[in-house]
Amino acid sequence: MADLTIKNLRKSYGETEILKGINLDIKDHEFVVFVGPSGCGKSTLLRSIAGLEEVSSGEIFLNDKEITELAPAKRDLAMVFQSYALYPHMSVRKNMSFALELAGQDKETINSKVDEAARILELGPLLDRKPKDLSGGQRQRVAIGRSIVRHPEIFLFDEPLSNLDAALRVQMRLELARLHQDLNATMIYVTHDQVEAMTLADKVVVLNQGRIEQVGSPMELYHHPVNEFVAGFLGMPKMSFLPGKVKSVSASGVTAELTSGYEIEVPVSSDSIQPGSDVNIGVRPEHVIITDKNSSKFQAILDVAEHLGSDTYCYVKTLDKQMITIRTPGDFLGTFGETIGLNLDPLQCHLFDTNGKAVPRLSRAAEVA
Amino acid sequence: MGIAKQNARMSRYMVSPSVLLLLLWMIVPLSMTIYFSLIRYNLLYPGENEFIGLENFEYFLTDEGFGPGMSNTLLLVGSVLLITVVLGVLISVLVNQAFWGQGIVRVLLISPFFIMPTVNALVWKNLLLDPVAGVFTAVWTFFGAQPIDWFTDYPLFSIIMIVSWQWLPFAILLLMTALQSLDQEQQEAARLDGAGPIALFRYLTLPHLARPIAVVVMIETIFLLSIFAEIFTTTGGGPGYETTNLAYLIYSQALLQFDVGLASAGGLIAVILANVAAFFLVRLVGKSLTDK
Ligand SMILES: Nc1ncnc2c1ncn2[C@@H]1O[C@H](COP(=O)(O)OP(=O)(O)OP(=O)(O)O)[C@@H](O)[C@H]1O
Ligand SMILES: [Mg+2]
Repeated sequence: MADLTIKNLRKSYGETEILKGINLDIKDHEFVVFVGPSGCGKSTLLRSIAGLEEVSSGEIFLNDKEITELAPAKRDLAMVFQSYALYPHMSVRKNMSFALELAGQDKETINSKVDEAARILELGPLLDRKPKDLSGGQRQRVAIGRSIVRHPEIFLFDEPLSNLDAALRVQMRLELARLHQDLNATMIYVTHDQVEAMTLADKVVVLNQGRIEQVGSPMELYHHPVNEFVAGFLGMPKMSFLPGKVKSVSASGVTAELTSGYEIEVPVSSDSIQPGSDVNIGVRPEHVIITDKNSSKFQAILDVAEHLGSDTYCYVKTLDKQMITIRTPGDFLGTFGETIGLNLDPLQCHLFDTNGKAVPRLSRAAEVA
Repeated sequence: MGIAKQNARMSRYMVSPSVLLLLLWMIVPLSMTIYFSLIRYNLLYPGENEFIGLENFEYFLTDEGFGPGMSNTLLLVGSVLLITVVLGVLISVLVNQAFWGQGIVRVLLISPFFIMPTVNALVWKNLLLDPVAGVFTAVWTFFGAQPIDWFTDYPLFSIIMIVSWQWLPFAILLLMTALQSLDQEQQEAARLDGAGPIALFRYLTLPHLARPIAVVVMIETIFLLSIFAEIFTTTGGGPGYETTNLAYLIYSQALLQFDVGLASAGGLIAVILANVAAFFLVRLVGKSLTDK
């Protein structure tokens, strides 16, 4: 059992407030990922949970027990640091057994726990080495092993894979997913990497400037971002935003006229939208289709095309100088400066009001009702 | 060919003056010392400089001052090392915590190192340890205790105190700098692992300081083997031979008894002793340097 509840958590360094009232519920066995731009307070939030950072106000509960003021060691959490933070003078075995020895467990228990962790992480042959004699990936595994042996209620990871090369990162990502399954543990994970967030998380927490923008499953966030920030932050390449004005509203959606003159009816709830107000239409690269320039009223000029093999990302400029990113198949053959037609899928478009908040979709509103 | 070879020859000519100078710098005094140590050479009896073999060495080694000089040297070096390393570690760990006025405290801690040994010894002798007017005496009488005549009753201990005070800042300086490179995340990881301040010190700080401690020990030993000014200005080696170390013994042989031959022999013995110490220290330090 490991339910973590954070209530109105605030943290300031002097005058500057870094965490501005965080409320969050984390359930047993959940894999929660914190994402957000650099400096938004992800690490600070994680360290506050770990007890390494004193909070200014607010409460943290672990299984209904308040732990806000508790010493880090008493919280029953284990943390894996970005720099691994292995103890350089100790062997791998000693690194892993350190916490257990400090806790005064007997030799046999310690050995069996260390061996168990070494087996899970395939560290067996490395147990007598010093950290300096390990590769980056092996060090990372030792750092994880060090937290596993303690059987903590919650694992905390602060960008654990960001020092590894791309191939190793993929491998470790899979191992982490497997570990989460095997240990059936609650994990909180901080990352910059969208792919890590999308693939690992049961629940993604998007942070921005010390506030939570949205909490939800990866698919929820991808399909129903609550505002422009979340919409723009998740998804690679980024969602494109096209400014426009509301032309008319009806029961079937909102019709907006883009600055280029193109009209599109997005099936969103029209309750809070007045005709004439400024809106942004958001569309992901995968929801734009390139057509012949004569078969569409929405025309653009092809700028740069990035060929990745499986996909080609096209950056196009509309006639009124708006940039749109488009994902096309890998065999796309467009040339620079070519005029093309665009086809937006209205069902997949997002509509954001003047304040950047997403207008709920009709399909969604029906679900909720 | 040609140019490269010519360059090599050229550069050899160019460096040769400094190499020669360094060689002379070392060879001349060493060979003169060796030469003096093998002849009878007493300034009080000029003109009798005949070769006497190892007699000077024999005299020096059997001199009644040699035994005490040797043990005092070792005692002085050992005690000062122990005091400066232990206190140095504790103090540097203490001032490594953030507190108000940290900068000033650090400067104060380092400053004794900039005081000349003679001045330092005089301050201790006349201001602190003076049996009548010294600060220590004032403290002792304030608490109603019998004041101590330090240089008479505890002469070597007083010297050790003075020299430790002089060298503690050096240890603190080195260790404090080393502490700043102690990884913050390692400490946090250890805290999460349940390590308290003592375990943190024992398992993270101390191993981290092993290398700088070895450096402190090595450098201090080299200087402490030849402590002279502090003894000269305070006790003058006495009472008896109680504060005479090898350096002071050589001085008293050479200049008080005007026996240059004997002093040279003593000097060579001191050089050998220093080399033996250096040999072990270099191995010790080398081990801790490569052991990481
Ligand atoms: N000790 C400190 N004193 C003052 N400000 C701090 C301190 N530690 C962090 N901050 C500030 O708090 C903010 C949040 O830092 P934090 O490390 O949580 O960011 P982050 O989201 O983890 O960023 P990144 O993704 O780059 O690791 C930053 O603006 C940082 O400058
Ligand atoms: Mg961070």
